Amino acid sequence: MMKRDECFEILARHVTPDDIVVAIYSSAFDWITIRQSPLNYIFTGAMGLGASHALGLAIGRPDRRVIVLDGDGSLLMNLGCLVTVASVAPPNLYHFVSVNGTYEANGGHPIPGKGVVDFKGFAVSAGYPNCFAFSDLRQFEKDIASVLGLTGPVFAALTVEQGKPSVLDYEIMHGAKTREDFQAALNAK
Amino acid sequence: MTDALIRNDDRLRGSSIIAAIKSAGIDIVLSAPDIFTSQGLLFPIAKDKELRLIRVCKEDEAVGITAGLYFCGRRAISLVQSTGLLDSLNAMRAMGLEYRQPICMLVGLLGKEPDLAPKDSKKVGVSIIEPVLDAMGITHHLLETEADVPMIKPAIDAAYAKPEPLVLLIGRRPNAS
Repeated sequence: MMKRDECFEILARHVTPDDIVVAIYSSAFDWITIRQSPLNYIFTGAMGLGASHALGLAIGRPDRRVIVLDGDGSLLMNLGCLVTVASVAPPNLYHFVSVNGTYEANGGHPIPGKGVVDFKGFAVSAGYPNCFAFSDLRQFEKDIASVLGLTGPVFAALTVEQGKPSVLDYEIMHGAKTREDFQAALNAK
Repeated sequence: MTDALIRNDDRLRGSSIIAAIKSAGIDIVLSAPDIFTSQGLLFPIAKDKELRLIRVCKEDEAVGITAGLYFCGRRAISLVQSTGLLDSLNAMRAMGLEYRQPICMLVGLLGKEPDLAPKDSKKVGVSIIEPVLDAMGITHHLLETEADVPMIKPAIDAAYAKPEPLVLLIGRRPNAS
């Protein structure tokens, strides 16, 4: 089983300083320990809306890649976003979903359909033109550059388990300074 | 005031609302369809070459999309039914109130009686809307006639200036003209 933080460490090697990364809850706490950047958009507010925020960013800044680090529990709360994203078809949106089968941020309870739900299948059916599923770290490492080189929207389900526990700093996530820093960094370029 | 007492030239027109939102710098409309505003607003918006219409599957998606656009300096507005507003309240709570973002919505009050104020409606889905928005501290205005249209641009400009969320309630079916 892949560890989520190990996947993100590999992914981070392929993320440029200009990329916007929309990261959700548990994924966000892992991600910000790996990639420190004001262009980490970790303030999505309500569960399920990660890809929706990313869609707005992708439309608003077509000159940048927008990478979403979603969670399976979050995505289940807003499956329609897959259809909306696929319909708009932003070429710069890359949607990764960490599939760990739990609402990790809410006590580790299992998601409905744990082990049964096919997240890549959802994306295929919704109309994402490029969809992947990874459960082997070496394969992920081998393929990630080409995945990020495709025209979006791209979807990849990552079957993972929690790695090293991250610091759950909700002040960083929800505090105004994080949003102000993001805005300043986005305006600067 | 009943519909019969509204002069024809004072009936709310979709074209006036569309002109007003454009004048406020809106160039993207996000919508899940509402039969109350379908003919008067959504079909004309879909045909308008100066507006980009993004159809969402569920109304709270529009809140997230609007937030992302806001960071990019783009102004958007959602066109939804009052049921869709109620379904979006948690997203409005987060993005509009806690993060202070100008999430703007045009909300059709399906079922509102023409001769009653929204709070006096016999329809629960109508009568609770303004009290719910008041409880959340969300600024709202009621659009019922052409005389109400001039408030749209300053209301949107104020929402972006503060910034804070805004709900424009549509109390009568707008004409398509």
